[in-house]
Amino acid sequence: MAKKLLEGIRVVDFSWHLTGPLTTKHLSDLGAEVIIIESRRRPGWRRGAPRSSSTDQYCTSKLSATINTRDPRGLELAKRLVGHSDIVIENFAGGAIKRMGLGYEVLKEIKPDIIMLSTSMQGQTGPHFDHPGSGHKLTALTGFSNILGWSDRKPAWIGAYTDFIAPRYNMLAIMAALEYRRRTGKGQYIDMSQYENGIQFMAPLVLDYSANRRVASRTGNQSPSAAPYNAYPCIGEDRWCSISVSTDEEWRSFCQVIGNPGLTEDARFATLTARKENEEELDRLVGEWTIQHTAEAVMNLMQDAGVAAGVVETGEDLLDKDPQLKHRNFFRELEYPGIGTYRTQVGSHFLLSKYEYELKAAPLLGEHNEYVFKELLAMPSKEYDSLVEEGVID
Amino acid sequence: MVEKGKTEGMLSSYRVLDLAGETGLLCGKLLGDLGADVIKVERPGGDPARSIGPFYHDEPDPEKSLFWFALNTSKKGITLNIETGEGQEIFKKLVKNADFVIESFPPGYLDELGLGYPALEKINPEVIMVSITPYGQTGPYKDWKTSDIVAWAMGGNMAPWGESDRPPIHFSHHSQAYLHAGADGAIGALTALYHRWTTGEGQQVDISIQEAVTQCLEHITANWDLRQALPKRTEELRAGAGHSTTLIWPCKDGYVSWSHGGNSVLAPSLPLIRWMEEEGVTSEFLKEFDWSRPDFARISQEEMDQIEGPTAGFFMSRTKAELLEGAVKNKIMLYPVATTADMLESTQLAAREFWTEVEHPELGATITYPGAFAHTSEVPPRISCRAPLIGEHSKEIYLEELDISEEEFTSLKQKGVI
Repeated sequence: MAKKLLEGIRVVDFSWHLTGPLTTKHLSDLGAEVIIIESRRRPGWRRGAPRSSSTDQYCTSKLSATINTRDPRGLELAKRLVGHSDIVIENFAGGAIKRMGLGYEVLKEIKPDIIMLSTSMQGQTGPHFDHPGSGHKLTALTGFSNILGWSDRKPAWIGAYTDFIAPRYNMLAIMAALEYRRRTGKGQYIDMSQYENGIQFMAPLVLDYSANRRVASRTGNQSPSAAPYNAYPCIGEDRWCSISVSTDEEWRSFCQVIGNPGLTEDARFATLTARKENEEELDRLVGEWTIQHTAEAVMNLMQDAGVAAGVVETGEDLLDKDPQLKHRNFFRELEYPGIGTYRTQVGSHFLLSKYEYELKAAPLLGEHNEYVFKELLAMPSKEYDSLVEEGVID
Repeated sequence: MVEKGKTEGMLSSYRVLDLAGETGLLCGKLLGDLGADVIKVERPGGDPARSIGPFYHDEPDPEKSLFWFALNTSKKGITLNIETGEGQEIFKKLVKNADFVIESFPPGYLDELGLGYPALEKINPEVIMVSITPYGQTGPYKDWKTSDIVAWAMGGNMAPWGESDRPPIHFSHHSQAYLHAGADGAIGALTALYHRWTTGEGQQVDISIQEAVTQCLEHITANWDLRQALPKRTEELRAGAGHSTTLIWPCKDGYVSWSHGGNSVLAPSLPLIRWMEEEGVTSEFLKEFDWSRPDFARISQEEMDQIEGPTAGFFMSRTKAELLEGAVKNKIMLYPVATTADMLESTQLAAREFWTEVEHPELGATITYPGAFAHTSEVPPRISCRAPLIGEHSKEIYLEELDISEEEFTSLKQKGVI
């Protein structure tokens, strides 16, 4: 078997929910040995049976060891494990890991070149460092909610959006830190604020406020540089196709496709400026055509004519219908022997021309306890058994 | 090879050639902010993305695009027409000393020019090419077009959002999809770099913008895969719930994000209920309600209304700033729906010295930028310089590094190569 890309890198993973696990999924799916430290005492998250929740997706190719870190002996086990590792990742509320006795200052003593990354809502310092939250709410604080929705209505909802920005910056920081360690031999502490990560994706609007004092707000599905530009209704229950037309050439092609080439002569729609001015009327016309076709047909007809268009895909479209994602093997099927299969994407968001990913199903709770404690930490069986019995390895 | 003297960064020994347009600009910025020596290679006259607004003082000008500024920090800039033979030869010379090439042309375009990955690999076996395209380098859609709304739709991040009486919705303003793809490009670049240290070879990193969006989905694919469930496109009624829940609430001067989740870990109600009570906002119902009910998600609409009614009134009597202050003090999972103006006032961001003032001497102005994406104990990422002007570093690169003579330089300019 070919060597895995991150073979030999060991990660102690204290993280849960989304940002942390998505970060370490990038590492584990590339072959790093990511050991989730979890506990049967911790509420929520991975309590469900295999194949019952998204956590199966987030934890692929990882190992699981269960430790009660509230017990001093458990804490000691976690520290010993850090001594055998390259990277530590945690995403508890700001400051919590330090209070647990597992802060960077402590871990650095055990492993001087350790790379430790904390990813929290607002970072480890500052007056709001311990303000509890989740990506759902942080999406509001980061300014995204204010630019999502219709101008005549309140901001729309998009779930925990910033939870999908932060992992990218985490992955980038980790990969950069690994390179820096290779070159200098030095580890480091990385304090990530999901708030600050999210604002990176607001950058042009931050500059607009700074330079022009313009406060960006939501403008529905409109774009200043395209019309038609919207999601349009199609045949079927709640089926839609997005279409966007920017150039005059695309507009001519679009009018050909809808069988109304004369529309290009219509003064209301002849230029982008005119189309923007009469956008409501334009949207109505487009919708009257799209509703006679399936979303797939609209997409195919438009794309064949050189106009950007795409089905507003549902989970079903993504997993079972989209031929492009299928061709690229985007979703991988994984198996829990005797339980069943499930599908998830690779934790790294790209294909490599000289590397093939290999994924394993998420581990069961404590599945790798024997490997982690007996093999890695060379713990005698007797000690292991008694720590299990006393609930330290829980 | 790579010039010294740049401030030390995690990637300061690497050279990046950035050919990317609108869809891939963030990739090079991130590598540049991490210390790499990034050269933005634009077509003569400048990249079309310079025509994307907003603009400084609303003056449309390729040197005044705030969109361009935001995504091209920490880069140098040269112009080069790679569609000419001489341009291609110059580009190949640059590739010899480059570690990364970032590009966002349609698949096959660079191959036609003799500058695709197989050609560049022959010139420099270690070079890593990051290709950012709408659907990736392979597959039936590889030659199709995209736009932000199309990428958001096909990535699956549009269907569940919006309200049932209107179309599905995506973010206003600049493309979020392209930023995800750009960030993924930077991660891919460093992943391929790690691989290069073990194999000695570069490779092509293939980014699909559609897939970058699909990497932003919470539960949507699992719900279909495990339960054949598709979420309804409404804001407030969650699957399996016995009631609608308000998620975005009006307050005195805007909106706040808050939801009542009983004793759930992600939306505990009690801290807010207690604060409201301290402020004199309560009811018999709120006092007697059992907040530890494990079946909170299935309480009736009547019960939820009795909880949400006083909550709505409480919020309407207070500003975003007042509600945030109380939320911090009382550890309530409530955050305001911030505007960009609110963010610039944040005491948290100020305390962490997040904002970076970047000088634009040509404009006689200093503009506030989002600062480092990470606080690191070693060589933190930083904006090392503002975005380059068109061809700002052409002389430096061509004359000093490639040893092109003044005469040749002038002649190349006249021929439209640079």
